[in-house]
Amino acid sequence: MAGATLYDKLWHEHLVTTLDDGTSLLYIDRQLLHEITSPQAFDGLRQFGRKPWRLDANLAVPDHAVPTRFREHGLIGIEDAIARKQVKTLADNCAEFGVELFDLTDARQGIVHVIGPEQGLTLPGMTIVCGDSHTSTHGALATLAMGIGTSEVEHVLATQTLRTQKLKNMRVTFDGKLPPGIGAKDLILALIEKIGTAGGRGYAIEYAGDVVRSLSVEARMTLCNMTIEAGARAGLVAFDEVTAAYVRGRPRAPRGEALAQAEDYWQTLHSDSDATFDTEIHIDVANLAPQVTWGTSPEMVIGVDGQIPSLANARDADTSSMQRALNYMGLAAGQPLLGLAIDKVFIGSCTNARIEDLRAVADLVEGERVAANVQQAIIVPGSGLVKAQAEAEGLAAIFIAAGFEWRDSGCSMCLGMNDDKLGEFERCAATSNRNFEGRQGKGGRTHLMSPIMAAAAAIHGHITDVRELLK
Amino acid sequence: MKPFTTVKGIVVPFPRANIDTDAMLPKNYLKKLEKFGYGDFLFDDERYLTPGDVDIDPSTRKKNPSFILNQTPYTHAEIVVAGANFGCGSSREHAVWALRDFGIRAIIAPSFGDIFWQNCFNNGLLPITLSDTEVKQILAIESRSVQSLQLTIDLEAQTVSSGEQVWPFHIDANKKAALLAGLDSIGETLREKDAILQFEQQRRQQRPWLFQSGD
Repeated sequence: MAGATLYDKLWHEHLVTTLDDGTSLLYIDRQLLHEITSPQAFDGLRQFGRKPWRLDANLAVPDHAVPTRFREHGLIGIEDAIARKQVKTLADNCAEFGVELFDLTDARQGIVHVIGPEQGLTLPGMTIVCGDSHTSTHGALATLAMGIGTSEVEHVLATQTLRTQKLKNMRVTFDGKLPPGIGAKDLILALIEKIGTAGGRGYAIEYAGDVVRSLSVEARMTLCNMTIEAGARAGLVAFDEVTAAYVRGRPRAPRGEALAQAEDYWQTLHSDSDATFDTEIHIDVANLAPQVTWGTSPEMVIGVDGQIPSLANARDADTSSMQRALNYMGLAAGQPLLGLAIDKVFIGSCTNARIEDLRAVADLVEGERVAANVQQAIIVPGSGLVKAQAEAEGLAAIFIAAGFEWRDSGCSMCLGMNDDKLGEFERCAATSNRNFEGRQGKGGRTHLMSPIMAAAAAIHGHITDVRELLK
Repeated sequence: MKPFTTVKGIVVPFPRANIDTDAMLPKNYLKKLEKFGYGDFLFDDERYLTPGDVDIDPSTRKKNPSFILNQTPYTHAEIVVAGANFGCGSSREHAVWALRDFGIRAIIAPSFGDIFWQNCFNNGLLPITLSDTEVKQILAIESRSVQSLQLTIDLEAQTVSSGEQVWPFHIDANKKAALLAGLDSIGETLREKDAILQFEQQRRQQRPWLFQSGD
């Protein structure tokens, strides 16, 4: 009998029962809640007189609609009355049902996918869900983590299970040695370019190979984070010593005897050497250039030294999507991206707002200035603790001296629910995860890239090959 | 949840691939606290020429006359026929609520975003997967129609039809039963309450560190 994949192991570990048509009930160890996708779920509980199944499995935090300034004022600091009501509703619901909340003024507040691992709320071997597609992030710690809709949030609150179907297994192996200036963001963008935004539909994707083993847990989170942009609900990386070192000492991680017991189990969280995958993808990274999106789908990606494809080389025979994207982005087929002037820079999001991202940016911008043509360059740390650490390490001072705005934590300009957004036709170098039409603001033009590429763009005022700056 | 049995309705074509949930319901409307009242905001960025928000009355906004949902008979559409990977991106169930509140009952496409697909079932919408060729065939019939194209979807028989033409589709038995009866999935799952409790008890013993609360 063939061995099991990591996904198979996590699946069987949590399988409560399989119903007659193959729909399964999967036990959920942790649910993370936020203000946008939970109010209707709590309403549903109230409507049917239901209570949360297991309170200690849940944690809530406001992150999506919160402003990234005036945090010290708490709720009153939210100028948008509707957003304020939503954040207040989350607090009210948590108080009513007894769910633990990191509120707006809590030092631990932050983007839900940053604080989970940071607090040790995310532990290897767990199932984790959240009403947010980027829940895949947590798979970096060998957890089965999936984004769900609000009805499912309510379902998990009420039953501690998810009704779901088993996914197929895909393994993505990055081969070769990572060149300087190339990191996890480039790897995941290259994968999405290769398999497309629908390529991972119906799969859990495990990232493997020496390149992945050499990545920090934070970088693995970037990889798993954008797995959903490849169409797959879950991304995974096997447990190893890097994971163990990351988890130890986190506030909610087990200690002492419990930790030893947990680590014994965690050591099994890898695909068996004879496990078979439904699909295997290999990507050679030795010659990978920094990746940048040119269009309105994360699969519209090129190396920064390349050109936008010609219409003849469009991904689909039907070029209407490509033409629509080019038109929206104000670009032409065959055009290079190098030198393209930008209006705004956004460094943040659950993809790239952890301390290592900020350190890499600080290394690059120290002693430099944001270019005069850049109207706004904002850095939004992933959590209050990331913010405090960046300040303690002197990174914040470097950003501010370079002309960046240093903000409080939240999802911010990744989805533009607060006042951080793009205006019509504004072009942005962004470290976030989606370049959809209107994603960062109606009519805004997003180019996704790594944190150091966004930093290089900020300093030069246009899209730049960061490798030139590293020489 | 409204049971789904047979729907005969007008088709609105969205032939483009990769239509994401941000496009279906932009961020502004994620601030709403309710599960209903999103129909006027479906495809908001394309549908209106003037800006909108939760607190702006949509009837006071200027509509984009060239956008299909503003044109009769599509204003009364009940079936979307779309390109591949429909509903990719954000998990926001609000996108499904917007489709439902507009009056959409079913979506036919070659493939769907995984989370969106699940969200449809949880709101009584039927996502039907047909082959790329079949979807193109329906879109071609639609574009040739002088009047609007009406399709009949019979969930019991698992068919989409237009006159003599019939396209059968697959659906999981459990999902079909839930849609036909308009079942509440939580109520269904709670029938397995004992199994869940037993599983949890066993887990508590095997993986005790997962059940320690607080710092």
